[in-house]
Formats: sequence, structure tokens, C-alpha cells
Amino acid sequence: MSSAPSARPRLDPHDPAGLDSLLSEEELAVRQTVRDFCADKILPHVASWYERGELPGVRELTRELGKIGLLGMHLTGYGCAGMSAVDYGLACLELEAADSGLRSLVSVQGSLAMFAIWKFGSQAHKSEWLPRMAAGEAIGCFGLTEPDAGSDPASMRTSASRDGSDWILSGRKMWITNGSIADIAVVWARTGDGVRGFVVPAGTPGFSAPEIKHKGSLRASVTAELVLDSVRLPGDAVLPEVTGLRGPLSCLNEARFGIFWGALGAARTCYETALEYAKTREQFGHPIAAYQLTQEKLANMAVELAKGQLLALHFGRLKDQGRLAPEHVSIAKLNSTREALEICRSARTVLGGNGISYEFPVMRHMANLESVLTYEGTPEMHTLVIGQALTGHSAFRG
Amino acid sequence: MTTLNIVVCVKQVPDTAVERTLTPEGTLDRESPDGLINELDEYAIEEGLKIAEAHGGEVTILSMGPAKAADSVRKALSMGADKAVHVLDDGLAGSDALATSAALAAALTRVGFDLVILGSESTDARTGVVPAMLAERLGVPQLTLAATVEVSGAGVTIHRLTEDGYAVVTGSLPAVVSVVEKINEPRYPTFKGIMAAKKKPVRTLTLADLAVDTGAVGLAGAATGIADWAARPPRTAGVVVKDEGDGGSQVAGFLAERKFI
Repeated sequence: MSSAPSARPRLDPHDPAGLDSLLSEEELAVRQTVRDFCADKILPHVASWYERGELPGVRELTRELGKIGLLGMHLTGYGCAGMSAVDYGLACLELEAADSGLRSLVSVQGSLAMFAIWKFGSQAHKSEWLPRMAAGEAIGCFGLTEPDAGSDPASMRTSASRDGSDWILSGRKMWITNGSIADIAVVWARTGDGVRGFVVPAGTPGFSAPEIKHKGSLRASVTAELVLDSVRLPGDAVLPEVTGLRGPLSCLNEARFGIFWGALGAARTCYETALEYAKTREQFGHPIAAYQLTQEKLANMAVELAKGQLLALHFGRLKDQGRLAPEHVSIAKLNSTREALEICRSARTVLGGNGISYEFPVMRHMANLESVLTYEGTPEMHTLVIGQALTGHSAFRG
Repeated sequence: MTTLNIVVCVKQVPDTAVERTLTPEGTLDRESPDGLINELDEYAIEEGLKIAEAHGGEVTILSMGPAKAADSVRKALSMGADKAVHVLDDGLAGSDALATSAALAAALTRVGFDLVILGSESTDARTGVVPAMLAERLGVPQLTLAATVEVSGAGVTIHRLTEDGYAVVTGSLPAVVSVVEKINEPRYPTFKGIMAAKKKPVRTLTLADLAVDTGAVGLAGAATGIADWAARPPRTAGVVVKDEGDGGSQVAGFLAERKFI
């Protein structure tokens, strides 16, 4: 079908991939709700939260996120919204367009803590925790990474041993988003039978979660260490449905899906900021948008944003069809975070000195993405996962 | 009390954040810019939902507008309204407040209502007279500019916002109430609400369905017309007062000249 000559298709600078035309009415409505929420409740405050390194009112904020349906939104039952993977991705993109810390809160709650319980928990775990977590009444965290076990979680030291019918947990976890504010932690530990997951209520004696300060990134996000000092748990605290690293790794795979969408949100904000700035900033008598070197930066940003969004949407559709492999997730996590960081860095240069000011969102997003680049799988690890999928050779396991 | 039949009138307006243009007839171009729910109508929806939640009742959205107004109807349903009526007819284009109230009154008579809630004005035409006209046409009490609404027994009581405070106004049901933005904080559509809205009934009614004479609405039925229009002149440079000891009196003189003091 051809259209009239007067209706020549035009590129929308705010949607260089033409993504909107690929989304359903409901998907657009989901995105709009999250976008409106962020515009009203997050954007007026987030720069100051970030600068102060605080997330005041995080409990109330989490309840508001729950009210909309954002927490565990892609899970079904137990008060979860039961939305599609694409809906979840679009929501992550809008949240991270506001701040990566906000998206991290939602990722950890929904894709790590809730997903672990939803997928591997007992009926009692699910009934007790999921409805409250979906409503934002209870906050969850997820303990896998340790001070000396990052990319190689099999080397974890945290252990759980039997004492009668109870379990005794000892060890330390590091870089735990939501840790100090969590009501419940899903903690992974070595046992005689391999790695198992445990549901640890925050008030359990021996459990503490001191906050990690002095961060140069994700400052509008709560990050903690988990200290497990002979924490005694009842026998039914273990997640019954999984043994081995497959458990935590499948949770990470869920969260990475949200991350590769989310990083593009941070990139979009920086691209939009740079575009607007370049059109109004005048030097040598012209807006800097009129100069070739600036246009090259903006064009490269638009190209990578368009590619990243189309890949995210395609993988989202595959996930909804049950056809998304973990290696696909590695491709998109590697690409999105790497290119998003490059877009933010490039935007920083378009803004010149203003680029380093918290009056603009660019430096905040850029610094956030330094974390997003390496958490939940460094670029090196995702590269080697892809390499293994391509060649059949593992370059990181002996 | 039996179940309240609450009807909230919702108008789709052009996004105020983008440039708005007029058609050659002097009416607002509603096609090119994105349409949104008139902001004050979101407060009306919220109040309707709250009353229905508190007293039991059903919320019907009534919207008059072109085909694309269906987006705004859908959003209102995703906020939690139960069903909707869309008055859609090319003959309605160019309706002024009087003509709009004629079409809406016909629709309300057809649908039935205990309580009609509207935003106190729209961000496009800003006449603010439709609620009063509707009440008059329907022969029911009008309670306008409500900052609070209480429904009890067979009556409704509002705090009517005035320049110095508020007046307590009471009326019997059925009634027409218009609300101001002080009244509440509109909810966001929830994800479950968005999915549920797909299945909610939306009835489309034409002028023929409503037995409204086409001469009474649209440009033909408009009692007012646009004689002429002009763009607002660009903002001119302000006056810079240099304080050389007499800055205060210069500023006072400037304000006095414009009758501010």
C-alpha cells in the first residue's frame, strides 16, 4: 500500500527507530503510565537524591510502584500483574530514563528476589512473601555476589550446614541492592548438596545489612553488604525447587533482560538532553547543532539507540514466545550497556562544562551506567558467553 | 441507597505542551497534535471512582469528540471506570459550549445518571460554562467548582471554591458537579487496569441515535463564533531599573502606573 506523496515518512528525532509503530495500544499505555509516574514523582527529586546519596521515602515510593503494578509485573498470580516481557522491558526503560537506581530497585525486587521465590520457592514462601512484595509492602534483596566471588559465583564461601532440622548460614555478600532496607533476603550458599537458596527474614538474629557508602555511582539506590553470622533458619527456609548455580543464574537472566532495556532509557535521556542543548547552545554565531562534529555525535547516538531498541524489542518478543536463550540475553546486555555508556559519554562532551553539572542529568546517568556495565555480568563475561555459544569452547572455565 | 450511577464527562484536548493551531474556520485543530484527557477531567474521574468505591456504584465515562478521542476514553477506563459512551458524529465538529451541552445533555438523558461529574473547565476552550449549561438543560441542581464532594442519602454537599475560602453548597440527587484540581490526586492507570480496559464496553452514539437535531450542534448550532483571531505578540524586552539611589521609587512608580499598587 503506498501513501500519498504529501505524507512522506519522516524520521522522528525522539523515536529514531520508529519503535512506537511496533507497539500495541496496551504496550503504549503501560509505557505512558510509567513515564507519567516518573515525571511526577521521580524526576523533580532524583538529582538531589543522587547528590545527597539518599533515597528518602523509599518505602512509600516502593508502595507507589507496587500500586501501579511494577513489582514482579511479569510474574503471574500472588497479586502480580502478569504482564508480558515486552511490557516489563518498556517499564524498565522508562524507569531508567529517570535513574538507573530506581530501575535497579525494581529489577532486584521483581526479577531477583520475587522471581527466585516464584520459581523455586515452596507454596508457603510464595503465599507469605509474593503478595506483600508485589504490593511494595515488603522489600526484597538477593545475595549472590561476595567480596571474593563476583564473575565466578561457584567460588562463593557463604555456607549453610544442618543443625538438627535447622540450617546455619555463615558468610558475607557484597554489593546487595536494597540490602539495608530489605524485609527479606534471598541468600545463596554452599551446602553438602551444592548451592541452595534460602529465604532470610531481615530480623533473623545474626543477619545484618550495613549500607555501603562513598559510592561514585548509583547514589540514588541503597547498596549494602550482607553479614550472616551463624544465622539459624528453620529447615523450610530453603528454596525447595532448585539445587546448584542454575538457580541464581536463571534469576540473573531475568534481571539482565530488564537491564538491557533499562540502559537504553538512560541513553535516551542523555541523547535527548544533548540534542536539545545542541539546538540552543550558540558558539561562533551558530547553534552547535549546526556543526558537523556535533551532528556526527548526535547521529551516532541516534543510530545506536535505534539499533539497541530494535534488538531489545525483538528479544522481548522472543521471550514472550519462550524462545529467548541466555546467550541472546548476553548479546543484548553487552550491547545495550556498552552503547548506552558511550551515548552518555558522547552527550557529556556535547554539553561541554555543563555536562559535568548535576543541573543536567547526563553525568548522573553516565556514572550510573559504569555500574550497570559491570553488574549482572561484566562485558568480559558476556563476551565469553557469546564466544562459547559461537565456538563451542569455554574460555573461562577450565 | 441504591447503587449510584455516576457519569464522568471527559474531553480530549490537544497536549498543552505542544504548539496548538487553528483551522481556517477559527476552531482548534484537533487532528495533528497528540490528544490527552483534559487535565481537570482526570480529577473528575478520580472523584467519581472514589465516590463509587465509598458508596458502591458504577462509573460511566461520557466523551464527545472525534474518533481519536477513543484513546482518552480507554485511558479513563484503565483508571478504573466501568464502561463508556462515546458520542461520535462529524456533525458535532465546531460545537461551542451551548451546542456541546445540548449533545451531552441528550446523551446523559439517554444513559441515565444520579451524579454527573466534570472538570470545571477545559484547557482548550476554557469557557467553564458547560457544567452549568448541562444542569440547566437537565433540570437538576448544579454544584460547581467543588474542592470536596460528599454524597449522603439522596443529596450531595460540596465545598465550593471562592476567592476568599469556600461556600458549603448542598443539592439533591440527581445533580451536576464540577471539580477543581484541589479536590484530589488522580491515580495512575494500573497495569491490571490497562489490561482490564480492553474488555470494558464502549458504546458509540451518533446524533441520530440521540435524536439530536443536527442544526442544534456543530458549527451550525453554535451561538458563538470566532470573528477574528491573532497570535499573541512575542514577548517584548522588560524594563531594567538601574538602582542609583532611587531604584525603589522607580519600581513603585512602574507598578503604580500599571495599577498594581
